[in-house]
Amino acid sequence: MKITLGWLHQHLDTDATLDTILDGLTRIGLEVEGVENPGEKLSAFRIARVLTAEPHPQADKLQVLSVDAGDGPLQVVCGAPNARAGLIGVFGMPGATVPANGMLLKVAAIRGVESNGMMCSTRELELGEDHDGIIELPADAPVGTPFLAYAGLDDPVIDVSVTPNRQDCMGVRGIARDLAAAGYGTLKALAVPVVEGIGEGPDVRVEDAAGCPAFHAQAVRGLTNGESPDWMRRRLAAIGQKPISTLVDITNYVMFDLGRPLHVYDMAKLDGGLVARQARVGESVVALNGKSYTLNGGETVIADNAAVHDIGGIMGGEHSGVSATTTDVLIECAYFTPEAIARTGQKLALTSDARTRFERGVDPAFLDQGLAIATDYVLRLCGGQASGVTKAGSPPTDLRTITHQPGRVASLGGMDVTEDRQRDILERLGFAVGDDWQVTVPSWRRDVEGTADLVEEVIRIEGLDKVPSTPLDRPAGVALPTATPEQKLERRMRRAAAARGLAEAITWSFIADDEAAPFGGGAWEVVNPIASDMRVMRPSLLPGLLSAAARNIKRGQSSVRLFEIGRRYLADGERMTLGIVFAGERSPRSWRGGKAQGFDAFDAKAEVLALLEAAGAPVANLQVMDGAGDVFHPGQSATLRLGPKTVLASFGVLHPTTAKAFDLAAGVVAAELYLDALPAKRGSGFMRAAYTPPALQAVTRDFAFLVAEDVAGDQLVRAVRGADKAAIVDARLFDVFAGQGVEPGHKSLAIEVTLQPGAKSFTDVELKAISDKIVAAAAKVGGSLRA
Amino acid sequence: MTPDLDQLRADLLAAIDASAGVDALEAVRVHALGKQGAITGLLKTLGALSPEERQTVAPGIHALREAVTTAIGARKADLEAKALAAKLASERVDLTLPVDRAAPGGVHPVSQVMDELAEIFADLGFAVATGPEIEDDWHNFTALNIPETHPARAMHDTFYAQPRRPQGEQRASAAGGAEAPSDDGGSATGAPQSARAGQSPSPSDGAGAPPAGPEQDRTAQRFVLRTHTSPVQIRTMMTQQPPIRIIAPGRVYRSDSDATHTPMFHQIEGLVIDRGIHMGHLKWTLETFLKAYFERDDIVLRLRPSYFPFTEPSAEVDIGYTLEKGRRVVGGDPAKGNGGWMEVLGSGMVHPKVIAACGLDPDEWQGFAFGTGVDRLAMLKYGMDDLRPFFDGDLRWLKHYGFAALDVPTLSGGVGA
Repeated sequence: MKITLGWLHQHLDTDATLDTILDGLTRIGLEVEGVENPGEKLSAFRIARVLTAEPHPQADKLQVLSVDAGDGPLQVVCGAPNARAGLIGVFGMPGATVPANGMLLKVAAIRGVESNGMMCSTRELELGEDHDGIIELPADAPVGTPFLAYAGLDDPVIDVSVTPNRQDCMGVRGIARDLAAAGYGTLKALAVPVVEGIGEGPDVRVEDAAGCPAFHAQAVRGLTNGESPDWMRRRLAAIGQKPISTLVDITNYVMFDLGRPLHVYDMAKLDGGLVARQARVGESVVALNGKSYTLNGGETVIADNAAVHDIGGIMGGEHSGVSATTTDVLIECAYFTPEAIARTGQKLALTSDARTRFERGVDPAFLDQGLAIATDYVLRLCGGQASGVTKAGSPPTDLRTITHQPGRVASLGGMDVTEDRQRDILERLGFAVGDDWQVTVPSWRRDVEGTADLVEEVIRIEGLDKVPSTPLDRPAGVALPTATPEQKLERRMRRAAAARGLAEAITWSFIADDEAAPFGGGAWEVVNPIASDMRVMRPSLLPGLLSAAARNIKRGQSSVRLFEIGRRYLADGERMTLGIVFAGERSPRSWRGGKAQGFDAFDAKAEVLALLEAAGAPVANLQVMDGAGDVFHPGQSATLRLGPKTVLASFGVLHPTTAKAFDLAAGVVAAELYLDALPAKRGSGFMRAAYTPPALQAVTRDFAFLVAEDVAGDQLVRAVRGADKAAIVDARLFDVFAGQGVEPGHKSLAIEVTLQPGAKSFTDVELKAISDKIVAAAAKVGGSLRA
Repeated sequence: MTPDLDQLRADLLAAIDASAGVDALEAVRVHALGKQGAITGLLKTLGALSPEERQTVAPGIHALREAVTTAIGARKADLEAKALAAKLASERVDLTLPVDRAAPGGVHPVSQVMDELAEIFADLGFAVATGPEIEDDWHNFTALNIPETHPARAMHDTFYAQPRRPQGEQRASAAGGAEAPSDDGGSATGAPQSARAGQSPSPSDGAGAPPAGPEQDRTAQRFVLRTHTSPVQIRTMMTQQPPIRIIAPGRVYRSDSDATHTPMFHQIEGLVIDRGIHMGHLKWTLETFLKAYFERDDIVLRLRPSYFPFTEPSAEVDIGYTLEKGRRVVGGDPAKGNGGWMEVLGSGMVHPKVIAACGLDPDEWQGFAFGTGVDRLAMLKYGMDDLRPFFDGDLRWLKHYGFAALDVPTLSGGVGA
């Protein structure tokens, strides 16, 4: 909400400087968002008298003036037809900038005659449209003084951010009241005129008392609606309101001055009396913004016999709006219920200054004064004769009473404020404080509901800077970890991935429909997305990472290794997930390695296993199984499972179709680790099991088996490892061979088996027995010892 | 000692010295010490001598053999060393040639800052809590004293969410074909742990949407993308007995987009509920946290009265900055030089209605809450001036603003990297 310093002074008697007031506003919770003085651009212009005016020797339309701007005669060339000796006008010295065109005035020769500045027109100073001649000021205008001060234009505009709880500060007077309470001056008394109305008030009724409890109205007949006076136009323009006509300007002025919205109807356009009622289904109204609104029924409206003329408390209708030909008006001063206004405004997506005030709760006890002030302005500025006042319904003026506990200011607000001072602050703000600390809340402070609110009133006026910093106690006892196991897991995974050369990305939680489609479509969508490609809550982290990878490749990155840790959004919950995407080159061409190498599925497997190991998962027990899904290459992808059902990760080469959908070339590798599926760490305490190193060194034996092509290597290794659990501690596949010497349709798998002797070394007989068991176990999965 | 021996010694030693390679040296050795060798021959003559003669002659021959053997050994070692040196010299490589560099991995600045904040608040006894991002209306608004018709709702630019299909038809697995990962490993949103000894956190329904639990009958099950981390306050107070000290970091969403606003961003919420907590504790906590975070003692805060529906009294907090080379650097008192105030967080004493909505007695328990933007804190500390690249995954940006894996924020090492 914008106010001007001059406007503020109309309500606040103060010696405080602008800076003090700005600081004060912010201190008491009325944050100053900006301040500017539109008059500042006129600060270099002075009032000057034309001493003489002679024809220009070289140009018919120009004159050579001698001008006194306070420092003696100056020669000025001027083209204005009204320039003449004795005229008092506005003069720009060399060095001043003309507001309208940004021209910097200099001493210059105009058609061979030196000119030392410029006499200005209204338009040149952006004070109006007139450009027929230079400004003519009254004869008593003080020559040599700044024009700004004389014209009353030296009025800084202050932009105050009013929080939604402070409707009372959505008028200049409310802000003045708050400043006065905080000691920045004295609130001047509000003059409420007594309007002598003749005859009965206009015919208004209330049917929808829930939405519009009170509807006060007064008619003024025989008026003239012209242009409002300069001072009013200037103030409205200063706060960003376009002056329209006297009647409209009056309603706006009263609203911004006193926080009291009003509406004025052209009585000639009304068919019978006005009623505040609920809208009927399908009724429509063209509002003052020119748009047509169809009502759902139930909204509070003001209507006559024929039509709806006002969306109650939000915006008036175009049809009965006032115009230059209006002579008889009905002035509405009503109280609309905040919740009803809010609902209607939300439904119609219609905002207005009136709605902003009504939905925050205007002062229900200010209807009579508000109407009298408005009618008085109309009578004074437009003439006419006022009727009596009709008061339909009654506003909710019951005052709230709160039992204040002065001690709460210290125990909740953390500040010691004496009881006398507390009483003083509350009373300055308009609260009535009884001896027993029964506090009556003023009618304009709907937001104050309890003791906590009173504490806030006291400490904000006293100053939050006076709250002393008070250390929190250290929690008793030993400091336990403050992160959950899930959070610790997440941190560990993040740092492990980064250490392995992956860059952490954070991508949007919402993705496009077509990005989600290959990943199951997603379980949640945003009803009102900010863009159509941010509509689906991601069912996987891969779409976001793939898009990021594609952007990086487009920017010329040759190798992309990205990961992200975040949630994927499923029908039954949000699951922590780690996504990985590799695209481009695994290694660049090099003098050692030759050609550039791409990524393959084993890169993904290595990454997944390393990260699972870092997470403490039982990596040796995991099974590689199919089922990574359609987004992956069907023959080069897999899942890692703990038991047949618990999928810990999916990985592999992306399906070329998926890659293409994300504008990536084939050969993209991806993986997803489902952190929520990782088994929780068991065990408690820090003690490890006792450890004794084996007395004897382990021995290794190599075996080569022939198996059919389709036998999985891991299947054979598992069989071998399980052949003699006492002796075999490891089995590692180190060679895969097919071709010469191997029967077609078969492959040779070479396995190094590590045997750990116990107390005594293995005898040859024992080694033979173990060897036989290994061969037998391999045979069970179709392996025969290679000759 | 006879002149013959002296001559032989001189000849042999000269031959050893002159031998240019291992083979030549071997020839000398055979000539001297081989079966037919000169010295071997001399030794053979000893058998024919009388003991007296032998005593006279033998020492000279033995000494000769010893000297020649030693000289051959020394010459051999010398030759071998030279040969090795020559071989190694021939093996020289150009070590200015490049090696393969490890891929440059890194941690996103938002993650780094979250870790920094968790570290700072752990020292103050705050546990880390989480909650769902697809939140129900009740937790996000109503319980926080923001009813349907409250003007403050308009300040939030809320995203609304809805299930895409009836439940049960969803493919739970991201990968499409895989079975759903089991959820017995814990959810993303478990109950916050207590920082205090002897208190066991109570179970939370937090993980999923739609939420189960007592609030189900209080909401029409309208879902939003949480507009702030404040619903975690509600979830914590409803599941945990005070005293409570938590921070809740995470993603939040508002329909807004420009250089300093993105539709998704990160907040961190703080909540303390105890007996006798007041604004002074809030002020101290914020000062302590911001000084620790920026690692500067000259952090100046300005608390401004403000309004949040869920706190009363409420305060917005500005931090003082000074201008250094045209950039805003946090720290210093704006009143004393060129600089100004920047709003960094919102805070206040938890509204009695909020405490009551969570089933706690507002006459017994009170406390404070605060919330701030993690991305914004990162920008202020590390100097990014645009929020949008945070969520682009641009490797160049990530390399420039990211952190090394081992830059783990610790209190002993400093929370800044």
